[in-house]
Amino acid sequence: MPLKLEAKNLNFFYGNEQVLFNNNLPVEEKKITAVIGPSGCGKSTFLRVCNRIFELYRNQRAEGELLLDGVNVLLPEVDVLELRRNVGMIFQKPTPFPMSVFDNVAYPLKLHFKLSRRETFDRVEQALRGASLWDEVKDKLKTSGLALSGGQQQRLCIARAIAAEPEVLLMDEPTSALDPLATSKIEELMVELKKRFTIMVVTHNMQQAARISDATAFFYKGVIVEHGTTTKIFTNPANRKTEEYITGRFG
Amino acid sequence: MKKSAIDNSFKWFCFFCAGLIGLLMLGFFIQLSLNSKQVWEVFGWRFLISSEWDPVAEKFGALPSIVGTLSTTLIALLIALPLALAAAMFLVHAAPLIRSVLGHAIDLLAAIPSVIYGMWGLFVLVPFMQNKIQPFLAETLKIHHIPVVGRFLAEDYYNGFGILTGGLILAIMILPYICAILRDVLQMTPPMLREAAYGVGCTRLEAGKDIIIPYGIRGILGGIFVGLGRALGETMAVLFVIGNIMEMPQNAFSGSTTIAATIANCFPEADGLQRSALFALGLILLLMSLFIQILAQSYLRAATAHRGE
Repeated sequence: MPLKLEAKNLNFFYGNEQVLFNNNLPVEEKKITAVIGPSGCGKSTFLRVCNRIFELYRNQRAEGELLLDGVNVLLPEVDVLELRRNVGMIFQKPTPFPMSVFDNVAYPLKLHFKLSRRETFDRVEQALRGASLWDEVKDKLKTSGLALSGGQQQRLCIARAIAAEPEVLLMDEPTSALDPLATSKIEELMVELKKRFTIMVVTHNMQQAARISDATAFFYKGVIVEHGTTTKIFTNPANRKTEEYITGRFG
Repeated sequence: MKKSAIDNSFKWFCFFCAGLIGLLMLGFFIQLSLNSKQVWEVFGWRFLISSEWDPVAEKFGALPSIVGTLSTTLIALLIALPLALAAAMFLVHAAPLIRSVLGHAIDLLAAIPSVIYGMWGLFVLVPFMQNKIQPFLAETLKIHHIPVVGRFLAEDYYNGFGILTGGLILAIMILPYICAILRDVLQMTPPMLREAAYGVGCTRLEAGKDIIIPYGIRGILGGIFVGLGRALGETMAVLFVIGNIMEMPQNAFSGSTTIAATIANCFPEADGLQRSALFALGLILLLMSLFIQILAQSYLRAATAHRGE
């Protein structure tokens, strides 16, 4: 399987404090890669490097390489807006925009493409179907995105993220604010989505990682202690720290 | 036993204080209505649309004051709002040092007594308007040659006083209020929503106008109406620069008056019917302020419902 993303000697700093240390991680195309580890170990930070969202904040900087299809996206000449179209992000809580359900999904299309109304509508429907939300919202496309339930809002955000046809989806604990039913819907959806997208998901839920991911990376104190196929990490981890973490002895 | 008695009387004391506020409001209404009764009896609703103000002939009309008030307020808002919004957006994202220095400066600006604005307006802004701004608008831009609306914007005669100058002073005055509120509103945008906006590939401008401002629209309207309310009733600052002419203004360069300025100007010598007319103006101003408040509330409720909260 070809690599979609690859971190090479990636270091990250909040001011003078280093939080990621020499991260090296290959991410295979059209697979789900779970990123696990105790709180504050740099999992989310790693994701935030991938679409350069950390650049919104002063004093945060990344060093090293993050290759997307072989191109280091951390280089200043890379168009960050195009990068973010190509690398969608889902957050811990649903983040619907203050606009209608339809506009939420149409918005990124408006930003990046010049489409006719017809094309826009088709793409929105496609994205909502892709996020398993179409049947639930097709009669209320004009209502506010904020009026949906939490699980629906999160799927709306997924629809929004896939509407502009990215290649990579970053999910930062996408089910942490959802009830079990909504969670299982999102998980099913993720397995469906990996046919088309390369997914990286941060999760604190070991069962979730084991259930849905193909590969797993274990972060501890900013270091990638171990990465490999999920089966290997969960059944036969090479590192004692990894074993202790996945068996719930710390974290 | 004794303790509960104290507690009980404390409760009644608080109730009394809260009730007092309602009574004050009601009292103002009653007083203004009673004192303006005479003018309503003489002129009826024509008081509202008459532009005459002749104390000798005992003819009074509120229209010039109303038009002056509304037009200066509108100009103030048109100038102050974009400035305040842009400044607030900058402040929210500026480096901590800049944010704190500029933020304090804005808060201090709000503390300047309005008479100082008025004085500065009279001695600095009026000559500047007369020598620079008004000639520039009329001779260089020729804005009064714009079809249809042009004749309301400017004219060839300038003395520095008038509606435009009044609006400008008000804009400067309400700027810190609106800016401070907008800054607080924008600061309350959830960081995750901001990141989501940039995450789909927004530029700063797109994130601001499409997501951050619509998200905070309630508070932003609140800020606008606070500024509007303040501009509507502002007396001293406008008094100095408006020209105090009791006639219908012809355009933005015309000398004019506002409700508050008319009341302040005429009260010392007013008695009889004129005194009643001034109370009527007071009542109109109070009603206008209340109306704006109600308008704001209902708009905000609609905005909230739309957001599904």
